[in-house]
Amino acid sequence: MSATIIGVAILVSQVLLGAAMCTACWRLLRGPRAQDRVLALDSLYLSGMLMLLTFGIGSGKTIYFEAALIVGLLSFVATAAIAKFLMRGEIIE
Amino acid sequence: MNQLDALPTWVAIIVAVLLVAGAAITLVGTVGLVRFPTFYQRIHAPTVGTSFGALFVLVASMIFFTATETRPVLHEVLILIFVSVTTPVTLMLLARAALYRDRLESQNPTPEPPPPISDAASGENASSGKL
Repeated sequence: MSATIIGVAILVSQVLLGAAMCTACWRLLRGPRAQDRVLALDSLYLSGMLMLLTFGIGSGKTIYFEAALIVGLLSFVATAAIAKFLMRGEIIE
Repeated sequence: MNQLDALPTWVAIIVAVLLVAGAAITLVGTVGLVRFPTFYQRIHAPTVGTSFGALFVLVASMIFFTATETRPVLHEVLILIFVSVTTPVTLMLLARAALYRDRLESQNPTPEPPPPISDAASGENASSGKL
């Protein structure tokens, strides 16, 4: 009983997170300027991190938690670095 | 799946509701990312996912692993603290970079300092003058 409840919930939440990743990808491809693409990349990182957590609940292993932690770290580093580049690149031009 | 059947049903229901709620809130945030017209409105939308979407999914993961391993598993708090600390920092950096780029080109409409501030200041001066 509880296995089917958790299985259905994991399936539904993975579909919802997949739709979230698709909409973020749409903004990433169609974004009119660079900062829109950076913002879409940040939310894509977040959706991927939550997707990894749902995989971890589905499989019962804690290795997915460590992957999600690393994805969260990389999201911060990537977005901060690209934001700094957007300012400095314009200064040099 | 035999391990999962040993789980109490109410724990499974709590985990399921939290998972679906977190995923739905994240989807609402990214839909706002698509639908808002300007960048300065768009930058507000994904924070819905980073605050409550991540909170619900991480709490669901904490409850599930605490119930299956029969000991308190709290290491998801690490992700929660990290995401909630770093998201404002990165988005403020990004908004400042976007403001700088837009003001440098001075073609795109940038958010001006709102006029009600000066009105309020003059109103304050007037009221203080009256006093």
